[in-house]
Amino acid sequence: MTVKVEVKNLTKIFGKHVNRAKDLIKQGKTKPEILKETGATVGVDQASFEINDGEIFVIMGLSGSGKSTMVRMINRLIEPTDGSVLIDGENLMKMDKKSLREVRRKKMSMVFQNFGLLPNRTVLENAEYGLEIQGVDKDTREKKANIALEQVGITGYNDEYPDQLSGGMQQRVGLARALANDPEILLMDEAFSALDPLNRTDMQDQLLDIQERLHKTIIFISHDLNEALKLGDHIMIMRDGEVVQTGTPEDILTHPANEYVEEFIENVDRSKVLTAGNVMIRPVTINVDKAGPRLTLKRMKNNEVSTAYVVDNKRTLVGIVDANDVIGLVRKDSSDLRSIVKTDVPTTHVDAPINDLMDDISQTGIPFAVVNDDNQLKGIIVRGAVLGALAGNEVSHFE
Amino acid sequence: MNNIPQLPLAHWIDGFVDWLVSFTGFFNGVTNFIGGINNAFQWVFDLIPIWLFIVLVLALTYYVNRDDQRWTLLGFELFGLLLIWNLDFWRDMTQTLTLVLTSSLIALVIGIPLGILMSKSRIAEIILKPILDFMQTMPAFVYLIPAVALFGIGMVPGIVASVIFAMPPTVRMTNMGIREVPSELIEAADSFGSTEWQKLFKVELPLAKTSLMAGVNQSMMLSLSMVVTASMIGAMGLGTKVYFAVGRNDAGGGFAAGLAVVILAIILDRLTQSLTRDHKRG
Repeated sequence: MTVKVEVKNLTKIFGKHVNRAKDLIKQGKTKPEILKETGATVGVDQASFEINDGEIFVIMGLSGSGKSTMVRMINRLIEPTDGSVLIDGENLMKMDKKSLREVRRKKMSMVFQNFGLLPNRTVLENAEYGLEIQGVDKDTREKKANIALEQVGITGYNDEYPDQLSGGMQQRVGLARALANDPEILLMDEAFSALDPLNRTDMQDQLLDIQERLHKTIIFISHDLNEALKLGDHIMIMRDGEVVQTGTPEDILTHPANEYVEEFIENVDRSKVLTAGNVMIRPVTINVDKAGPRLTLKRMKNNEVSTAYVVDNKRTLVGIVDANDVIGLVRKDSSDLRSIVKTDVPTTHVDAPINDLMDDISQTGIPFAVVNDDNQLKGIIVRGAVLGALAGNEVSHFE
Repeated sequence: MNNIPQLPLAHWIDGFVDWLVSFTGFFNGVTNFIGGINNAFQWVFDLIPIWLFIVLVLALTYYVNRDDQRWTLLGFELFGLLLIWNLDFWRDMTQTLTLVLTSSLIALVIGIPLGILMSKSRIAEIILKPILDFMQTMPAFVYLIPAVALFGIGMVPGIVASVIFAMPPTVRMTNMGIREVPSELIEAADSFGSTEWQKLFKVELPLAKTSLMAGVNQSMMLSLSMVVTASMIGAMGLGTKVYFAVGRNDAGGGFAAGLAVVILAIILDRLTQSLTRDHKRG
């Protein structure tokens, strides 16, 4: 995977005595200390990270965490105090106004929290804006704008004005305007935060949809961890201008870097994020190629279970056996364990989100067998473990 | 205060005006230019028959209010203009209209760019603000004195004095309108790679239009309020009628001419206000 955007030691200091504050930052002083000593406010404190080509990178934090400043430094709407932003290896900070304008026109487009649509222009004219200022002729830009509007699922509104549309519709226009330029990078500043919950979910799904087709590099700012976990391939959590943790959604959930992140993830709707693999427990397994009925019965007794999972030498799932059947087999003095294996076991994939399994789990009495791509048994899901995981308790994989 | 000699402020200003007068060529040029605009307006107004003029005003009113017709306004205009015709103030009214249009036009051409400059540069704002205050609060009579010295007597010094007095609202409202464009829209324009000019003409000015037009409207009303003052240095029109009525203690004549000014003011005000509204929406 290639790195699309590389940010190094990016710093923004607001106010006076910027240079002194810059020195203090390098000495490792904290934001309140610098404010006290110089009166300058640290917006972003030496942030460094890399964004891969074609991924959704979510920068998340509460208000005042510096996330909006951060995204505006990536296209230099806010001039950084220090540090560098490299796009395809090219340093944005060293560009003159003209080259910067070219980058903004061709490579990056931005979507705004309150949509940022021009109220005196129609939907189509708004979607055309980016192309218009590049001097693209009327026919071409109309065609491209129409394609973009179609991509975001808003057709037939071309001649309406933004204030005649609902918030969700307006943001679709905002997204279409950004897509019309066919940029490589999309900057989305709390793009869905002003929408009501239903619309927001819709737009999130649509964004994922669009992303599947277009493979843009998307930098998404959010204060909503659920949104971040749903959209992000990587998530960067910021606090007081500092980067607290960067990682995949699973990293963040399973290995929070510090107490702050822990507190943050406490309120997450885990069912959307956790996968079967996260909540499965280790089952009692019998290797059908090695064990006979007696050994099976002994293992079941030792583990105090009445059913056991049967696998073969390659750990491929075969089915389950019931203790009563095993006892019957022992009485008949037969060793053909395969004859009593029940194969109609409910199974699920390791990566399946447990949100999708909830209904089935609550209806079926038998635990789910969790398998990987090669149908190897990785674990089982029992009702109690799911509830425990949703409540925030890590599931031990080795009981 | 006896020990401190009085500042020769008046003397200095006299010196400054005398110094200005020495640029005769420049001021003659300006006089001819402004006089030319003024005469062009007057020539057109004299050419149009009165009945046609009334029809044109009504048609224009009808057109600018086409989405939201106001019949009382049309009725008022018809009645008012007929009254002016009947009172035999027609030519005076067109002279006043000429003065107002010329000075508003000049105020607009100078004022809007100044307003834009003011909105873009903090330094320009700091410098211009007190100058605008000065222009607006200095008693308008005072401008007449140097105006006569520089531009002679007649319409032109009247127009110059009106421009000075009437321009500040256009500058201020343009400045305010641009500064009040939501920052997110400015960011949006920047983020798509607009040049400064593109931002100005595609985003800032269209969005500042309402405020800007309110400034133009105010400027026009202020220059109309200057007509009586301007008549003292020979600017012809309804103002002259009022001025003479004052001299002759002729209350009736004064009010009749004053009423004509009011009618003209209302028509101009409503027309410019209608222009402000957006007609693009059905």
